[in-house]
Amino acid sequence: MSGHSTYEPKTGFERWLDARLPIVRLGYDSFVDYPTPRNLNYWWTFGGILSLCLASQLITGIILVMHYTPSADHAFASVEHIMRDVNYGWLIRYMHANGASMFFIAVYIHMLRGLYYGSYKAPREVLWLLGCVIYLLMMATAFMGYVLPWGQMSFHGAVVITNLFGALPLVGESITTWLWGGFAVDNPTLNRFFSLHYLLPFMIAGVVILHIWALHVVGQNNPTGVEPKSKSDTLPFTPYATVKDGFAMSVFMILFAFFVFFMPNALGHADNYIPANPLVTPSHIVPEWYFLPFYAILRAVPDKLMGVLAMFGAIACLFALPWLDTSKVRSMRYRPTAKIHFFIFLVACCVLGVCGAKLPDDPVIPGLTTFQLMASDLNSYVWLSRAASLYYFAFFLVILPVLGLTEKTLPVPDSIASPALSHPAAAPAEATAAPEMKG
Amino acid sequence: MRRQAFLQAGPSLAARRHRRVTWVADTAVGAKTDPAHGEDPSRRDFIYIATMAAAAGGAAAIAWPFIDQMNPSADTRALASIEFDITKVGEGQQVVVKWRGKPLFVRNRTKAEIAKAVADDSASMKDPEKDADRVKPGKSQWLIVGGNCTHLGCVPTFGGGEYGGWFCPCHGSVYDTSGRIRKGPAPTNLVVPEYAFVSDTKVKIG
Amino acid sequence: MLRKLSVLAAVAGLLTAGLAGQALASGHPLPAKNLAWSFEGPFGKFDQAQMQRGYKVYREVCSACHAMSLVSFRNLGDKGAPFYNEKYPNSNDNPWVKAIAKDYEVADIDNETGDVIKRPATAADRFPSPFANEAAARASNGGALPPDMSLLAKARTAGPDYIYSILTGYATPPAGLRVEPPSHYNQYMAGDLTSYWSGDHKHVPPGGFIAMAPPLKAGQVTFDDGTPSTVEQQAKDVSAFLMWAAEPKLEERKQTGFAVLIYLLLFAGLLYASYRKVWKNESH
Repeated sequence: MSGHSTYEPKTGFERWLDARLPIVRLGYDSFVDYPTPRNLNYWWTFGGILSLCLASQLITGIILVMHYTPSADHAFASVEHIMRDVNYGWLIRYMHANGASMFFIAVYIHMLRGLYYGSYKAPREVLWLLGCVIYLLMMATAFMGYVLPWGQMSFHGAVVITNLFGALPLVGESITTWLWGGFAVDNPTLNRFFSLHYLLPFMIAGVVILHIWALHVVGQNNPTGVEPKSKSDTLPFTPYATVKDGFAMSVFMILFAFFVFFMPNALGHADNYIPANPLVTPSHIVPEWYFLPFYAILRAVPDKLMGVLAMFGAIACLFALPWLDTSKVRSMRYRPTAKIHFFIFLVACCVLGVCGAKLPDDPVIPGLTTFQLMASDLNSYVWLSRAASLYYFAFFLVILPVLGLTEKTLPVPDSIASPALSHPAAAPAEATAAPEMKG
Repeated sequence: MRRQAFLQAGPSLAARRHRRVTWVADTAVGAKTDPAHGEDPSRRDFIYIATMAAAAGGAAAIAWPFIDQMNPSADTRALASIEFDITKVGEGQQVVVKWRGKPLFVRNRTKAEIAKAVADDSASMKDPEKDADRVKPGKSQWLIVGGNCTHLGCVPTFGGGEYGGWFCPCHGSVYDTSGRIRKGPAPTNLVVPEYAFVSDTKVKIG
Repeated sequence: MLRKLSVLAAVAGLLTAGLAGQALASGHPLPAKNLAWSFEGPFGKFDQAQMQRGYKVYREVCSACHAMSLVSFRNLGDKGAPFYNEKYPNSNDNPWVKAIAKDYEVADIDNETGDVIKRPATAADRFPSPFANEAAARASNGGALPPDMSLLAKARTAGPDYIYSILTGYATPPAGLRVEPPSHYNQYMAGDLTSYWSGDHKHVPPGGFIAMAPPLKAGQVTFDDGTPSTVEQQAKDVSAFLMWAAEPKLEERKQTGFAVLIYLLLFAGLLYASYRKVWKNESH
């Protein structure tokens, strides 16, 4: 909530600086005195966790570049040089590789939080759009980063994704050749991916600053979806939110450390420890886990161009969300039907993720053969992908728009701190009703 | 629903569960209760101090790998010392070896060269040093010196200049048969690296 | 909330069960044998004696065709490695390492003539490849390329279990299976033998064809510590050695991880206590 700044420069130096570049004031207003809703639950700590992930990836990435050779002849060996010879190189490499996965775990939770509590609704549309832009940049960065070790998956994953652009009519092939810098994925492709992979995270950092700025203009959403009405609804960011975010970050770091030190290759693919060979295709090309749902949507559509459009359409739905959802009630805590659909949506996304890793014609229930529909058995992962994709698009394009108009919502509390009607399950007479108990 | 059952279980259960939330009307209005009220200040701060100390310790621990990674890596350190077979160097001959990325002169001095170097031990020079201090005892014919002029790093050639040793073509520094600077702008003698004879035929440098 | 999570968990469980069911469908290799390795688990360590035996198997059997070009001789003397000795913290000084290196010849350029020569390797050198290049390797092996062993244990999903399974998985081809020399039938090799099988199509034999002939024979490598040199023992030891070759920092990683997790658990505890203290009198 942008309001009057309460920063008072104490020392002479502070006053001198404040008159020339009020950066301490900005920091104070944004992160110390900033009024934060008092009822935020742990799902709100993922913004801070994401900043930690970005910082970690930037630092480990810059260090890796000191030792990496971005040439098709030496890239693979240079990564092994980092793993074997560079002091703590193994630690930095594993932190960077697993940090990417942690980044996506956090961003998906962050986005799902926004979806559930209606954080994309007015007046937070621009905040949501900036978030979608960050997500797109993250996906581009992660894709190019995965190519850099120049393993089998790096190479053939790059081949598959760059070939997608060939689906575009008229200009497709020229675009693909332009992306490659040659007639196939090769050294020129690796070099430009390296350059862009270094650049994009700094663009992400810039958009993150805009994202936080947009957030501070409208203020945080909160689990009730009701805007803070008085000072009693909020608390200063420091120390209340700082210490809660700090605790959440430390728990997140435990998960991160667990992957880095005890299961560093669990989220990767063994084939990427084989040097890239253009003449040998891996038996099973799989993108990294965070791309699997989109990969499943891509393969669910039989036509190449339509599949590409469906995959990009799935991301476009996110951009359009603030205008697709018609509900006047913000938080799904008070929208019981929408809540059910949210969880089905979540399951659909997980199902799409599993399907993305499978061969399309493999049976879902082993041993069972049913009938053929559109050249594939009904008991196959491609049909499961189609069902889940259908729900994915229906959720955004049909369910949310319709539900907003037809749904019977629960009564929304008057304010964050009001005791009455603060929770749908509480009888109004109960004075000890607890609004912080999450639904 | 679980929650309803619990709320109906009675205020004592709710009160126990929400001990941290003093849920009475005046607190709800947002009056911040004095955190020091009824608490021992030193106990209040201890947790925060311990947390911040732990954070500082953790930050230092994570910073070290990020700093150490810029130190020479294991493959560079492996070439930090080399073993050299000196039987290949005949009397009066010199071999230039690449060591740690820079040239190194390994010279098998003739008796005349040694005598000249020892004779000049007490002569006036910029960086006085006895010849015996620049070689290993009993192996005075072996002179191992860095091949970079101590002025600005050019590689001197042997056999130029009036002292029978090395001459640097860049700015005219002249070294004697012990590699000591005798004339010219170089400030110190040619550097003698750390080395040891691991056998009569092998020397380990570095 | 809990009900939703349990529904999710049930769905995930069903899907994983579906996943596991795939493995034995016809035309797929047998799942790799599951062995217990000394380096498994959060406190895993390499067994030095086992790795020395494994190195011997590599040296005497595998190195004839398989390169290990990302591993340097000095790595054999590092902490956690087969020939580590506390007296020589700098592995370049380790006499066993130097002796092993001297037995190999590496290409170099003669300083005086400029000719390409072969000289005895030093600790700083990498393991030389048995072949000059890929084409030479294929020519000597009937068109197949023996994979480099530096990362083999990480380049296969089941890692050392897979390597062990392949080495001990050669079987007499069942009647009805058309094997074309120089290929060999191996039950753990990836492949679909449907088109080579003339028997019941519902029971295609598992596995595939591998170009490598069974490399291990009982008693072929004599172990200096007296361990009986069975095929299984040789296979196990060389698989453990190859795990070290692929991940020499494994021990250091796990030990650091243990310390880091202890610290993080304590730190999270302190932060939680701070959080409770800060929020003590505030409603949430």
